[in-house]
Amino acid sequence: MFQTLEETFRRLAALDPEVVAIAGLSLRVSLSAVGLGTLVGVPLGALVAVSAFPGRRLVTGCLNAAMGLPPVVIGLVLYLLLSRSGPLGGLGLLFTPGAMIAAQTVLVVPLIAALARQIVADAEEHLGEQLRSLGLGPARRAAILIYDTRFSLVTAILAAFGRAISEIGAVLVVGGNIDGHTRTMTTAISLETQKGDLPLALALGLVLIAIVLVVSATATLLRSHAMRAYG
Amino acid sequence: MSAALPIVIEGLRYRVGDMPILNGIDMSVTSSGITAIIGANGAGKSVLLRLIDGLLAPTGGTIRIGPSDRPPPSTAFVFQRPGLVRASAAANVALALAPLGLGAGERAERVRAALRHVGLAERAGAPATRLSGGEQQRLALARAWARAPDLLLLDEPTANLDPASSHVIEDLVASMAVAGTKVVLVSHNLGQVMRLAEDVVVLAAGLAVEHGPVRSTLSSPRSPQARAYLTGEMPWTSFAALS
Ligand SMILES: Nc1ncnc2c1ncn2[C@@H]1O[C@H](COP(=O)(O)OP(=O)(O)O)[C@@H](O)[C@H]1O
Ligand SMILES: [Mg+2]
Repeated sequence: MFQTLEETFRRLAALDPEVVAIAGLSLRVSLSAVGLGTLVGVPLGALVAVSAFPGRRLVTGCLNAAMGLPPVVIGLVLYLLLSRSGPLGGLGLLFTPGAMIAAQTVLVVPLIAALARQIVADAEEHLGEQLRSLGLGPARRAAILIYDTRFSLVTAILAAFGRAISEIGAVLVVGGNIDGHTRTMTTAISLETQKGDLPLALALGLVLIAIVLVVSATATLLRSHAMRAYG
Repeated sequence: MSAALPIVIEGLRYRVGDMPILNGIDMSVTSSGITAIIGANGAGKSVLLRLIDGLLAPTGGTIRIGPSDRPPPSTAFVFQRPGLVRASAAANVALALAPLGLGAGERAERVRAALRHVGLAERAGAPATRLSGGEQQRLALARAWARAPDLLLLDEPTANLDPASSHVIEDLVASMAVAGTKVVLVSHNLGQVMRLAEDVVVLAAGLAVEHGPVRSTLSSPRSPQARAYLTGEMPWTSFAALS
């Protein structure tokens, strides 16, 4: 046990290039997915919140339910779509970082959209009537309410990042955990644990936690700074 | 004459599910200036204003605003709570101008003029949510003023304000009315109604039970509902002393 820990810190101190590469890929994949998921999910959630259309409750229910989709099932469905005989097989994405980004995007879009819908709907309670009386259409109202709730939306996006970077099922199925190509923090930890290289697994685990902490601390700091400056 | 006159309301009904809220309001406003609407809590004043603004659609009856041969007049609505976005004071005015299709230069000029008009020129860059209650309501009024509306609807705009802030709002509303905007004001403050309005409509249980000049209506109400409401609001006055 003691030896394991000593070895863990030795590897961390040496900033093992392999660990750095794996962490870099994890960050690249999850940040891309959360970026894409934000571009899609926030406007989607806000539009559902501000517009009246038949079936809105059904859409809301679906979004809320989809927040809990198991990553491994998302991976499986994407695998079927992207596999050579699948409808999107021609893209040649399977077992590439691109496929992992696609899978994590599918994972975070419902989460971001459902949380954004709730956050924007709460703001709409206070402001919606005022904005409608100004003659603003749904798209403008959605944009204004996104701006109004930007600080709360950051928290929702952070939650999505936490879910993306720590999931294993989706990236494992569509990425294949290929050494030096599609190996991420979570798939590497799982593999190294099975192989018995506990120091490496632990080092990776600590780096993963550090990444999550640094990203959320940075976002929280920026958020509170912006809140102080812009109310 | 304001482009918002006359305001003709006939048989106006509004119900939510099978709960009746307005039960056939008939009223006709033909004079410019400020028309007050008073009545007990739950009488239907806020619903009536929302129907006039088009925020709600009537379930029966009609509302006609302005001459029938002209396009519908522009309206602005100031609510009891100022309804501001977490952005600068100037941005809050600017977003109210977005649907008007002005050029960027004219829009910026109107924002500046509106903030100057309500005495908030120095606070243009301040976050709207950091302003005091009185300043926030002035900003809400600046947002309405910037749109140069034909019809201004106010729903208890000073209910949350101290007397000094209320007077600033009253002066601003009065000046808009003098400048030609038709104003419909819902208020529980009968002093305010007497200071500002020319005529007053009394609502009770979803009906317009009385409509007349302010002084005579407040001092010698003809309908029993108006008398009951006014007795509750001013139990210390005898109506005879007012007239
Ligand atoms: N959307 C709604 N759903 C159900 N009841 C409503 C709704 N809006 C208003 N009401 C009811 O209609 C009545 C009149 O409301 P309102 O116009 O707000 O009264 P007030 O004269 O105090 O402004 C109240 O009894 C209120 O509860
Ligand atoms: Mg009301």
